[in-house]
Amino acid sequence: MGRKILFVTTDQQRFDTLGCNGGTLARTPVIDALAASGVRYERAHPQSVVCMPSRSTIITGQHPSTHGVWMNGVPLPVDAPSVAALLQTAGYRTALIGKAHFEPFLDPFGRFTENVLAVRGEETRIGPWADGTTGPHRGFEHLEFATHGATGPMHYARWLQANHPEAVGGYYNPLDGDLEVNAAGGGDTDAPQVKHNPIDRAWYHTDWVADRTTSWLDSLDADDDWFCWMSFPDPHHPWDPPASEMGRIDWRDVPLPAGYPQSRAERERILDAKPRHWRLWYDGALVSNFEAPTKWVPATLTDDQVREVNARNAIECELIDEALGRVLAAIAARGWDDDVDVIFTTDHGELQGDFGLLFKGPYHVDALMRLPLVWRPAPAAGSTPSVVTAPVGLVDLAPTFCDIAGLEAPEWMQGTRLPVDDADAEARGIERVLTQWDSELFGVAVYLRTITRDGWVCTAYLPGHVHDGTEGELYSLADDPLQQANRWDDPAVRSLRDDLLADLWDSQPPERDPRLQLEAPV
Amino acid sequence: MSRATLRREVRIDRSPDDVWALVGDPTTIDQWFPGIAGCTVDGMQRVITTESGLPMPEEIVTIDPIQRRFQYRVTSPLFTYHLGTIDVIDLGDGASLVVYSTDADPATLALVIGGAAGNGLLELKRRLEGAN
Repeated sequence: MGRKILFVTTDQQRFDTLGCNGGTLARTPVIDALAASGVRYERAHPQSVVCMPSRSTIITGQHPSTHGVWMNGVPLPVDAPSVAALLQTAGYRTALIGKAHFEPFLDPFGRFTENVLAVRGEETRIGPWADGTTGPHRGFEHLEFATHGATGPMHYARWLQANHPEAVGGYYNPLDGDLEVNAAGGGDTDAPQVKHNPIDRAWYHTDWVADRTTSWLDSLDADDDWFCWMSFPDPHHPWDPPASEMGRIDWRDVPLPAGYPQSRAERERILDAKPRHWRLWYDGALVSNFEAPTKWVPATLTDDQVREVNARNAIECELIDEALGRVLAAIAARGWDDDVDVIFTTDHGELQGDFGLLFKGPYHVDALMRLPLVWRPAPAAGSTPSVVTAPVGLVDLAPTFCDIAGLEAPEWMQGTRLPVDDADAEARGIERVLTQWDSELFGVAVYLRTITRDGWVCTAYLPGHVHDGTEGELYSLADDPLQQANRWDDPAVRSLRDDLLADLWDSQPPERDPRLQLEAPV
Repeated sequence: MSRATLRREVRIDRSPDDVWALVGDPTTIDQWFPGIAGCTVDGMQRVITTESGLPMPEEIVTIDPIQRRFQYRVTSPLFTYHLGTIDVIDLGDGASLVVYSTDADPATLALVIGGAAGNGLLELKRRLEGAN
């Protein structure tokens, strides 16, 4: 019997939403306790700041250039490399419960396996694997899907429609009549993607994901080794937690975030020092990110809307923390406590008011790139609690799962097992993390390549719709933790910039050839 | 955002006549367009049914065997506007270029149809080249 792995992800959660990371709004005692007894990472970055590429990195252990999911709407091939397949081959029982999103959701033709499984209520199906053999879909013998709200073909949506149809309409509709991300406002402040949701808490997707996870774990034998990816759809917008929970945090009492310049003139001054697409989006003049509502203009964002969004987001984080606590209690009840590694993270961050913006896009700053990451090794492993400040990436998760399971990481994985402390990171030369953005849609193309190293974050822009390839961003994370002063053109740091750029280009991962096609909106 | 346009294309190592025999026949769409479970054709009206069970009524606009151009409109109320165009172009070396263009309003649906069309062209290539 080996170590079991509970891998917990959320969607679009900022680093500073956890108490253990200095957050003061949401109470997250369960995750804080895991951090106190495990390893807390101060600088974990995604390799993409949108869902599908980032989640594809998690499962493949590869950068987006290599696994090929270069933007949302590009499906990860069903025979892509998968760490779950490795674990399943090694004898692990495997499940993914909650949000997968390796394949697009909007799928009227029923082309994508994950949607078909949900429609048919199937647990998995045999499909091709990267090694030329076949096995359960992406290595998961049990799959139950959920996403934001109760529409679409997901298992959760079908469960809610069948059992509590009166609750379906309580959710915010993520898409509008044009099937675009909905810009409609709600709540007390008319903030976009906000709605009063009267749903019973027990029926909300956060609790459903925890319930289904517990149910699957209960189905296992005591001696089984298992890898369970429990994937919460929150706190990604829409921000529509159960109304019964809204009393936890009064949005009127929420302080404005440090990254939200309260003066409009100051917001615009900061944005004007960044590459053009920042300000163009703020003004509603250019949409280069189709995961944000295209009909919403960030310049209309009010102080109170920022407060309400942050309050609702924090409530969703608290519900996740409590749901995780219930699952950990169930694990303890099975007597598995000492043998379970718990890793908690998310796929990317959320602007949440920083720079006067919400949602996400081609903006490589801490709001979107600095992620919560906590690894509580199995107590039986006898590890020492620590805090890691060296930069690590979600690309490092798959090799870490292999290491926990006693497997050698295969060559196709591009990350390295997570360091257990800074000395380990230094000994293994872990000093940089890469992030990339590619998007091409409806005539607008944006490409970013970013390196984070030595306390600096450096982003180069490739030629695109509004960039000529000379633009960039350079921030000192120590001196400018909010990334408000772009030093790309500062002669005082020119040689540093050149050094970072040389490293950035030298470190680029190989590109998949031929490039995969964009097949759906998201 | 309102209307959007998308284009997908593929080279097929078969003669334009061979390709057109499939593309120009509106009853064969369910043989090569992934996610279409069936179709019925009545004159210039076609109804396709997707794998998810969604019926989609269409109007056939053009079947031109000389230009080798097929055009259709989805008339479902989901669309404010739609025009799908499939051109089979003679590359002169015994091969064909098939271009599938999708213009639609709302824009999101252009990507839904156009993205699936890319898969359709790959299936078309597989079928036709496999029959060599």
